[in-house]
This record gives sequence, structure tokens and C-alpha cells, in this order.
Amino acid sequence: MGRLERTVLVISELQKAYGSIVAVNGVSFSLERGRLLGLLGPNGAGKSTTVSMIAGLVTPDHGTVTIDGVRLSGDTDPVKRRIGLVPQDLALYDELSARANLQLFGSLYGLSTRALAAAISRTLSLVGLADRMHDKVKTFSGGMKRRLNLAAGLLHDPDVLLLDEPTVGVDPQSRNAIFENLEQLKASGTALLYTTHYMEEAERLADRIVVMDHGRVLADDTLSGLRSRRAGAADGSASLESLFLELTGRSLRD
Amino acid sequence: MGAFVALVGKDLQIFFGDRRSVILTLAVPIAIASFFGAIFSGAGGGGASEAAKIPVMVVDDDRSAISKSIVAGMEKDSALKISTVPLDQARAAVQSGTTAVAVVIPPGFGEAAGRAFLAAAQPPEIGLLFDPSRTAEVSMIRGMLTGHVMEAVGQEMFSGVQGRALVDEALANIDAINLPADQRETLRSLLQSVQRFNQTNGVTGTQGLMTVPYTVNENAVTSRANVAYNSYAHSFAGMGIQFLLFAGIDLGTGILLERERGLWKRFRSAPVSRFAMLGARAMSGTLLTLLTLLVSFGFAMVVFGVRIEGSIAGFALVALACSIMAATFGLLVSALGRTAAATRRVAGLAVLIMVMLGGAWVPSFIFPAWLQTVTVVIPARWAVDGLDAMTWRGLGLQAALLPTFVMLLFSLVFGALTLWKFRWEEA
Repeated sequence: MGRLERTVLVISELQKAYGSIVAVNGVSFSLERGRLLGLLGPNGAGKSTTVSMIAGLVTPDHGTVTIDGVRLSGDTDPVKRRIGLVPQDLALYDELSARANLQLFGSLYGLSTRALAAAISRTLSLVGLADRMHDKVKTFSGGMKRRLNLAAGLLHDPDVLLLDEPTVGVDPQSRNAIFENLEQLKASGTALLYTTHYMEEAERLADRIVVMDHGRVLADDTLSGLRSRRAGAADGSASLESLFLELTGRSLRD
Repeated sequence: MGAFVALVGKDLQIFFGDRRSVILTLAVPIAIASFFGAIFSGAGGGGASEAAKIPVMVVDDDRSAISKSIVAGMEKDSALKISTVPLDQARAAVQSGTTAVAVVIPPGFGEAAGRAFLAAAQPPEIGLLFDPSRTAEVSMIRGMLTGHVMEAVGQEMFSGVQGRALVDEALANIDAINLPADQRETLRSLLQSVQRFNQTNGVTGTQGLMTVPYTVNENAVTSRANVAYNSYAHSFAGMGIQFLLFAGIDLGTGILLERERGLWKRFRSAPVSRFAMLGARAMSGTLLTLLTLLVSFGFAMVVFGVRIEGSIAGFALVALACSIMAATFGLLVSALGRTAAATRRVAGLAVLIMVMLGGAWVPSFIFPAWLQTVTVVIPARWAVDGLDAMTWRGLGLQAALLPTFVMLLFSLVFGALTLWKFRWEEA
């Protein structure tokens, strides 16, 4: 197993409850460098809470998150520098330029002025916004904001990138551009944890798929592995959506 | 430290990046403080004395010498603007709010008042029709009326035609007065002396007897002699604090909006301490509110001649403490609020109550005594008191220390409550 295959993120027995509601109940999985793990589940399955615990936004009641064997703990833990977050919301200041936004978010990771300037240039080029760096974000289209949202999570060159539904509300062109960015990141060795409701995205991007529901992991396998487990699937060509519905049921969640 | 500076810089960049907002933030407090200052200085009404006059309607249904004397005395009073009208008109004016009080002198009042004055007879009533929403004016007019009635009745007894008749009548009926014999004789002697006095001084009477036995020498105590009170100093203090607290609300709801927009997820996912995240907001809030306050007072100095008659260092201390207090108030708003829109409404109401009780709008002396005592727990009161002390009152640095200390104490409490109640987890 080469460097790119080395496990970087391990979460073990994560639990989180809000009062009597158990949001996450004993979730464990791992992620290797250069791989994309698709985290799927219906609304309320516990995906966002799991991602929030990995990002340090929520303190687990039980369980651990480790990056290369180093346990994540505390607000100022340096391990956080190795994690990047792309939230579902467009977490950007519309009133500021793209560059000013990235300067702010890069400063949170203690990048030097020179390193920050280089990182801004690199990430804006990656997402195709280098020529708009001085424009205010409020002048951007939805797709451009999504791409900038991605760039903001990449500034400090994290080993693990957490993407929480990063393509919500974007047109096919921007979505495709984001996919290409993610492929590049995978190729460069970044480990990607990707939550989505779009099954075709997971089918296209994910090396492995974790299906969650009611705070638990229902399945953790490759797409072909999931297909082979399906009862009566002789040809192994069932869609991920049908597999997903088989695992999580058809009852409405919202 | 880099994250702290970056977060502060971001707030300043966003604030100054919106020129329209900057202008409004600075101009609105100035405009409103100027308006309040003008109201309380009497500007636009032809001078201070005219602006301060209270309109009073008088219904003189008695038309006696005494009632005419009462009306004449009230007309000479520089604090009152008297108009004599029929009863119906007076009642309608009070009901419509045109005037706060109407004084009704009923028929026979003069005679009855004279008899009561001399011989302990049943005193007559004077009617007061008043607007219940303006009780402060009613209290003032009640006091003034007492003086004018006493003066009019007293003078008439010693000099007027009606008074002479009443003295004669009292002497004729003195045996019917229910008094011990020795006291009755003393009273008879007193009334006979008054009768002789009136005869001695002829029919024109004697002026200057039975008047209010003092005059008032009014001296406004300001920073020093010959320095007039500048009402703009107080209005800019009061309105300044109000808008500082409004800026605090903006800070708090700004944090809630950042949370709603997912920005706090970015902050919390970075290796940044909680102190840096909240401290940076407190710092930027302090800087921006301090700027607002200083620009407001700068305007008041240049345009309205407001001066820091007391300690400049004290003014700086109080202004800084006000700004820190407003910024930490904003943090508390962010900790207690859930959504920005709902929080803005509730916090706005809280600020309006605070500044009203703090004496920023109307003088706090009109409040009930218990309420005046309660206002010591209102930070706006300390802010206004501190700024007043350093501006028009002209007090020294020592007078700035207590307000500064109390406001910093409020800041500590607000900060502690914020740390306690702030929702750090971002699910």
C-alpha cells in the first residue's frame, strides 16, 4: 500500500445525544488519503452531526476522531489545521471581495502573509475564480459562490476535506467544475469526506460509501460491494438510489 | 493573535466598506441628539423663557377683586401663559390636550376665601381640570396657584375694598366664632388693628403688604461662573448612549446572522480560541462604537459649542467604558438570541427601556421614587451621568471613576453571561 492509500482519518464509536434524542450512536469508519468517502443518509440520519464532530464544531459525548493517529481535542488543537471544512451554507461575506474572504479564513489557520497570498492564488486558480479575486462576493453567481466556498476550505492545504452537500443549488456546469476540483484533490492525496443527497454524485465520485440512518452506520462498502450484497441482484447493476432506499426504507423523514 | 487581528479587521472592513451605512451610523445619532438638544434649549420658540412657559386656562366665574387679583398674579408669572376662557372652552381644551390644566374659580370664591382667611370658616374650592397624562405640569401649577391665591387674598384683606368689608363683617360676627375667650379677644384686637390700618391708608390701599415674602435669585450651577448650561451636551450624551447600545444590538445580531450563514462553522472548525472569536467582536464593537460617540461629540463641539468643561482624561475613560459596555452588551445579545430578526426586536425594546430609564429622553425626576432608585442598575444612567459630569457639569477626573468602574463592571457581567450562555456547538 503506497502513501496515498494510508489511512488518515479514523473515527471510532462516536456518540452524540441532544437531550433524549440520540443523533449519532456508535459511528465508526476510516478514510484513506486520495480517497473520497460518500456519506449518505436521509434527513436526520446523523450525517451533519458526524461531520460536525469531525470538524470540531460539536464535542462528542463518546468516541474519538484521530488524524494520523493524533486525537482531535479542544478548540485550538493544531490537528484542526489538517482538516478543512466546506459547509453546506455559503459561508462567505458577501460584502467582501473573494480575496478578502480568503485572507480572513486563511488567517484563522495562522498562515504567513506570503503563504496566504500563495494559497489564495492557488485555490482561486483551482476553482477558476482567479480573475474575479477583487470582486465582491455579492456580485458572484450561485455557482461561483459554491466554488469560492470550496476554495475557502482548501486554503490551508488540509489532509482531510469535509464537504457537506457542496453542490446544492448549482447549475450542471458549476457542479461539473466542482467534481473536477475534487478529482484533482483526490489525485493530490487529499482525503475527502462527502455528504450528499444526490446519489449520482456519490456514484460518480465515491470510492467508498457509508450509509447512515437513525444515528447508526447501516453499510460501509464500495459501490460494487453494496451491489453484491443486494438480495437477488444477479447482474450487480442496481442503482445506488435503489440500494439506498432498500437500506433506509421509503418512509418520509421531513 | 493573527486570527484575532484578522477578525477585528474583517469587521472594520465590512463597516467602512459600506459608505451609506457609515454615514447613517454617524449621522442619525447626531440628527436626533440635535433635535432633542434644540427642544430642551428652547431654540425655535423665541428664547428659553418663552419655550418654558406652561399654558394654563383660567375660568373666572367669581369676578371678585380677589379672583381678579389671582388671575393678574398668574398672568405676571413668567412660567405661565394664561388665557381666560369660559368653562366649556377650558374643559374642551384640556380634553383635547391643548392645555394641561384649567383653573376654575367658582362664583363667591373671593368672599368665601376671605372669610376662611380671617375666621377659620369653611374654605372654598378652586377647581382644577387637568390632563391625566401630564401630571408633572399639574403638580407644578398646583404649587404656583397656592402662592398666587395666598398673595391675592392676603393683599385684599389689608388693602382692598372687598377685604375691608370682610374685616368689618368678621368683627361684627366675632362672638359667633368658636374660640376660647382669650383667643377670641386677641383675634378681635388683631382685626381692629387691621381695620384701623385700612382706614389710615385710605381707599387706595397699601401695596406691598401680604406679598410672598421672598424673591428668587436663580443661579444655574454649571462648570463655573458665567458658563451657561448647554442642553446639547446632555442630549448628545443621552442619544449617544442610545445609539451605542443600538450598535451593540447590530453586533449581536451580526453574530447571529453569521451563525445562520454558516460562517461560525468556519470559525469553529479553525484552531481559534473562543476568546479570540468573541474578543475580536468585542474589540471591533468597542472601536466602532467609540468612533460613533467621538464623532457625535466632535460635531456637538463644533456646531453647538459643547465643551468638555471637566477632565478630558475622565471623558476619555467614560467614553471608552461606554463603548466596552455597549460591545459586551452586543455579545450578550448574541448569546441570548436565537434568530437575528426576532432578537433585534426584543433587544431594541430592551435598549429603549434602558435609555428611557437612564434619563436619556426625559429627566428622571418625573419617575416615581422607587423607579429612580432602580435606575442604578441601568448602565445607560451611569453612562449619561458620566458624560454629563465631564461635559457641562465640569467635574474632575474623580467624578469619572465611579461611572467608569460601574460600566466596566456591567461589561464584566455581560461578558461572563455571554461565556455562560453562548451556544458554541454548531450542529
